[in-house]
Amino acid sequence: MPALELSDVRKVYQSGDSEVVALDTSSLAVSDDEIVALVGPSGSGKTTLLSIAGGLLSPTSGSVSITGNRIDGYSAADLTRFRGDNIGFVFQSVNLVPFLTARENLTVVAEMRGKGGAGARTRADELLGELGLGHRAKNLPDQLSGGERQRVAIGRALMNRPKLVLFDEPTSALDSKLGVQVMELIRSEIKGRETAAIIVTHDTRMTSYADRTVEISDGSLKS
Amino acid sequence: MRLALLELLRRPGRFAVAGGALTLLTLLLLFLGALLDGLYLGSTGALRAQPDGVIVFSADARQSLLRSSATTDERDELAAVDGVERVGGLGITLLGVAIPGVDEISDGAIVGYELETERIPAPPAAGEAWVDRRMEAEGASIGDVVAVGPAEYPLTIAGWVDDSNFLGQNGIWVDPPTWRAVQNANRPDAQLADTDFLALVAEVAPGGDPAALAAAIDATTDGRTESLTRDDAARALPGVKEQNSTFNAIIGTTFFVVGLVVALFFALLTLERVGLYSVLKAFGTPSRTLVAGVAVQALAVAVISFGFGALFTWLLSLGIPPGVPVQFTIGRGITTFVGITVTAVLGGLISLRRIISVDPASAIGAGV
Repeated sequence: MPALELSDVRKVYQSGDSEVVALDTSSLAVSDDEIVALVGPSGSGKTTLLSIAGGLLSPTSGSVSITGNRIDGYSAADLTRFRGDNIGFVFQSVNLVPFLTARENLTVVAEMRGKGGAGARTRADELLGELGLGHRAKNLPDQLSGGERQRVAIGRALMNRPKLVLFDEPTSALDSKLGVQVMELIRSEIKGRETAAIIVTHDTRMTSYADRTVEISDGSLKS
Repeated sequence: MRLALLELLRRPGRFAVAGGALTLLTLLLLFLGALLDGLYLGSTGALRAQPDGVIVFSADARQSLLRSSATTDERDELAAVDGVERVGGLGITLLGVAIPGVDEISDGAIVGYELETERIPAPPAAGEAWVDRRMEAEGASIGDVVAVGPAEYPLTIAGWVDDSNFLGQNGIWVDPPTWRAVQNANRPDAQLADTDFLALVAEVAPGGDPAALAAAIDATTDGRTESLTRDDAARALPGVKEQNSTFNAIIGTTFFVVGLVVALFFALLTLERVGLYSVLKAFGTPSRTLVAGVAVQALAVAVISFGFGALFTWLLSLGIPPGVPVQFTIGRGITTFVGITVTAVLGGLISLRRIISVDPASAIGAGV
């Protein structure tokens, strides 16, 4: 069973009297431990596809299944719960909570869903150790370097043991050397956990770290 | 909740503007409340010191003690009414009082009474008086002989009583013959006979209802009297109702401003936090958890601000001249605390709709 299966997914926005097709009838399957790079120019529909794959947006038509659960008919509350249990995100601008330490930025994901406590702290410490940030657990984001912040964001995405992790331009704010390091880290963390991942990137050099590259243009996928 | 509290602890400066405004509003509310209580208690002490029951005015007095008249003969009629425990006479005369060694004339309310209560002992001996303790602050001492009115009627201070003033004037409690003597010496236009009072006080029997007793008395006297419960009589004093409604309107408006300040502050904060909220929602945080966080922050800011406001009010109270009628009461403090915290939480919840409408999808593809 694929970790993610999009079948004939379409997303249309109303703009006055006209319709804007953000994502045309598209299908995509991502296996359990597969890393897929999604590339395409600005406005091509990458964000829409990523949002639908992550349960952040519902499609106008088509079906979305994650680990066998069809989520396209879920209510907003059900989607929120589902995301919390099954999906991890790494955002373009990292978006760590500025007044929380590195460890707290990981545990907050569990706490906000009522699953905090000693278990969450242990899990956070394990992840920070694996990411080479054990000694930075008590540092605030502004005391960390750009690469360290990105690693904390990766740890946060893995906190809930997700089946699918979505990376939105994870290297766009980093220099090329740091970008390579982060991509190597992402690959090892994802492969080591048999988790599926979609990485949106503009940087074609980074696609070599993916198992497969999918292009998107004008809302349509091209394998 | 923890996230909300951690933000307060680690970024207190972010809440300084709202906290500062709420501290000042707390100070204003506590001070206004103290003024209202001081004016109310200072005006009504003599009536609130009466036994629990009713004050019986003559019907044509229109609820004014100073326009009313009664005689000792009417006591027997009232004593026969079911539900009456005791009946006593009451008379009050407002006059200036000269304290030995003090240049300024003090305001006095000479109260002639018969019934002792927990707050006012039995009437003192003729020519002596129980005097409100506020007069001590004006320079009087026990044993002093004060001169009352233009006739300089001498009264010896036999002891102090508390919270016994009438219309802001110091309560000077004497036996009925002494009261009549003071009035007759100073008010040749309003001479009193040996049996005269201004009103009667009927104490309600244990477990009885003062309002029902008031109706029963008026029915018995066939409309010659107008009886009010002790609390109603206090509120009927000239100016008291207007004073209460004016202050309560100001206090209510201030509470509205508290809600407005908190609502505006958290509305702005929510706008700032849209990026953070969208990320937290993407990670599966329900909107109710985020709303609860705002409510907790509003509550915490209100509680801390109340603490500072109360502290500044106390410091301010140390410099208030004795003549200013302020009265700080625990009840007023509790009411203000509850009012501020509830209003602040409600104000914070104005952002509820905005928080619910934050789209988790905006976390992707945005440089938030």
